[in-house]
Amino acid sequence: MLLLLLGIILLHLAALVLLFISTIVSAWVVNPTGSSDLWLNCSTPNGGTHCISATAGEWIQAVQALMILAIIFSFLSIFLFFCQLFTLQKGGRFFLTGIFQILASLFVMSGATIYTVRSSDWVHKNDSFGFAYILAWVAFPLALLSGLIYVVLRKRE
Amino acid sequence: MLAFLALASIALVGIAPQCQAIVIYTGWERHALVGSDVRLSCSFFSWRWTSEDVTFSWSYRPDGSRDSISIFHFTGGAPYVDNKGPFRDRLEFVGNPGRRDGSILIKNLDFSDNGTFTCDAKNPPDIVGRPSSVRLLVFENLPVQAGVITGAIIGAVLGLLVLIVVIYYLMRFLVARRVFNLSVSKHGKKGKGKEGSQQRQGPVLYATLDQSKLKASASEKKKQESRKDKK
Repeated sequence: MLLLLLGIILLHLAALVLLFISTIVSAWVVNPTGSSDLWLNCSTPNGGTHCISATAGEWIQAVQALMILAIIFSFLSIFLFFCQLFTLQKGGRFFLTGIFQILASLFVMSGATIYTVRSSDWVHKNDSFGFAYILAWVAFPLALLSGLIYVVLRKRE
Repeated sequence: MLAFLALASIALVGIAPQCQAIVIYTGWERHALVGSDVRLSCSFFSWRWTSEDVTFSWSYRPDGSRDSISIFHFTGGAPYVDNKGPFRDRLEFVGNPGRRDGSILIKNLDFSDNGTFTCDAKNPPDIVGRPSSVRLLVFENLPVQAGVITGAIIGAVLGLLVLIVVIYYLMRFLVARRVFNLSVSKHGKKGKGKEGSQQRQGPVLYATLDQSKLKASASEKKKQESRKDKK
């Protein structure tokens, strides 16, 4: 039981950390002369760094908002988990925690999907996606999995 | 109280000489459309009265260039505008030096006007201060300010969340009160006179049961079951 609990918390924290990293790190799209994330599009064509702030369109702001919401909901979820761990009666399910975590996973999925579809407006078409983008996609199944585990899980003692 | 005032005044007097410099304010970034006019405002704060010799000067550095050129100077009560450079016939002084305002208006903007505008003001004898810069970005169609939509979406979702929580608790509160009223009326009719103490206890017990459903019901049920077992 304790091992299971620890595993779930670790899974949740892993998803949360991945969300944080993918939101902050400037590597959603990389090319030899620069990189861009959700906030800035930087390039270093000849020595000097040149950054454009995220005013490319409404969609990039939607992606920003979705990523931040995913972080907030995942955070609320782990908070609620600890609350429910001490207040829930025996045999109860962590519905509230699970719902929040599943919502977080849906948010990150929508954000990453929008970015995938629309990123050609923001960066050049033949640039490759960076690791922060991949981490966002990895965070989605992790968060979904931990959310589903919360819903299925019953409290034993 | 008096001691406090005295202390405060001493503190103010002590601080004031250090702040005897001029602080110049401009915006941080201005966005404008091609062909439109933009007002670049510049004001200053100084501990001295605004003197007759107040001067304002604006200089302009295009994007990608290292040198800045002077485009406007106000001195001795008269403005002198750019008559040779890129802003020839397009610059106008719209400020009010008496009110510490040294704003300029640039008309008919073009893409080549992208750059940094620096305002410097002197209010003799107050001349120590750092010039302040505003960046002008000229767009074909004005983009949405960064962060507005982000904030709106996050605010909307969190607001919805708070609303749901409030409605949930309100409903629970209302339902709990209704059940309490019902149980009071029921039990009130049932046992009149005979068992005074139990009659009073009954509704109270029900009410507590209903209000703390989640927590207490399981344990109460257990207790009841154990009572039944004992019987």
